[in-house]
Amino acid sequence: MKKILVVLCLAVASSNLMAGSKVIATGGATNIEGNSGGGIVPWATINGYSSSDEWSVNTFAARVGVDDFTLDSYGVGASFNNQWELSFARQKLGLDTIGGELRQDVLGIKYKVAGELLYTAMPQISLGVQFKKNRDFALPAAVGAGDDSGYEFYIAATKVFFDAIAGRNLLLNTTVRSTEAHQTGLLGFGGQKVTRKLMFESSAVLLLNYNLAVGAEFKQKPNQLGFADEQHWRDLFAAWFINKNASVVLGYVDLGDIAGLTEQTGFYLSVEGTW
Amino acid sequence: MVKYLLLIATLVLTACQQKPETTLYQRLGAEAGVEKIVDGVLYGIEHDQSIVHHFADTDIPRFRRLLIEQFCELSGGPCKYTGVSMQESHTGFQITQAHFDALVNHLIAAMQQQQVPVAAQNEFLAMLAPMYEDVVYR
Repeated sequence: MKKILVVLCLAVASSNLMAGSKVIATGGATNIEGNSGGGIVPWATINGYSSSDEWSVNTFAARVGVDDFTLDSYGVGASFNNQWELSFARQKLGLDTIGGELRQDVLGIKYKVAGELLYTAMPQISLGVQFKKNRDFALPAAVGAGDDSGYEFYIAATKVFFDAIAGRNLLLNTTVRSTEAHQTGLLGFGGQKVTRKLMFESSAVLLLNYNLAVGAEFKQKPNQLGFADEQHWRDLFAAWFINKNASVVLGYVDLGDIAGLTEQTGFYLSVEGTW
Repeated sequence: MVKYLLLIATLVLTACQQKPETTLYQRLGAEAGVEKIVDGVLYGIEHDQSIVHHFADTDIPRFRRLLIEQFCELSGGPCKYTGVSMQESHTGFQITQAHFDALVNHLIAAMQQQQVPVAAQNEFLAMLAPMYEDVVYR
């Protein structure tokens, strides 16, 4: 929680310092894995406001609080030319009922291959790779995970449709992710009979004006670990892009069953600072 | 009961289908509004070090007149754009995405300044956004 406050204070204090040229909100928010997207889905957008030949850096902190778990994420990222995005996130899943915690690091790189979010008929399309590494592996190993690290590859297509619903702009995103992670990697990777799977993820966001947006997301999950069911994730969120330096996202999440504990629902809060 | 439901459904659907009574031109503020938006854009350009150099040799009064004509015609107003095509007028200027983004920001700021309704702004942006490919990296 302290990190969330620090990020927010930093961002608000630096209002409109050194912001890039991109239009407000077009860098997206930062998802829990540290890259530009919604709350749980990576988009084709490139984080921050760096347009052509411009640099941008960002930092974020997020908390997901559901019935029996608390997931804290924080991280930093950099982007260049509205084309390259590099990100690092550190996650800690607090096992509030079971006891203990599961930590992992996520290193991500994203490259825009085609299209422009606002300006072309073709959606903006990006390719991404994430390297995830567990910092706690005893529990994942005990429940059947074979590996404490793994790569994920994804392709995302994102487009803003102007004047789409009641005169408002609509952002649609579809992502396909190749993964062998369990519960996004927090419960490890691979293992017996575990294969690499393609997962579908999607987001729809209505931009009420330049600063406010409401959206919904869906994230398909592979469910390959025998000891307990893993379910698809969903969220509903409202995002406030205060200015080009600060944004806040508040949401409701449904993470389904986790490690045998059923119907994990709760809140999502994320703040981001961009320079 | 079913008959009433159908009637209500028909009424709701026709109400949804009706276009706004006013043209986009009128919702942008008609002649005075379009002129103010263009003046706002020109003000933005003038104070933006990243793009002002593109206009160093531009005949500003003529540029202003053409931009007003273009905005007016695009939004359904009683004007005729008399300039050359977007592609022709931007070739050789080495306009980058950052320059284009900067201009979009100035247009948005000008429309916000004139308190143009969000829906009208978005309808107008929808018309201008595809010009990107005619303007940038030509």
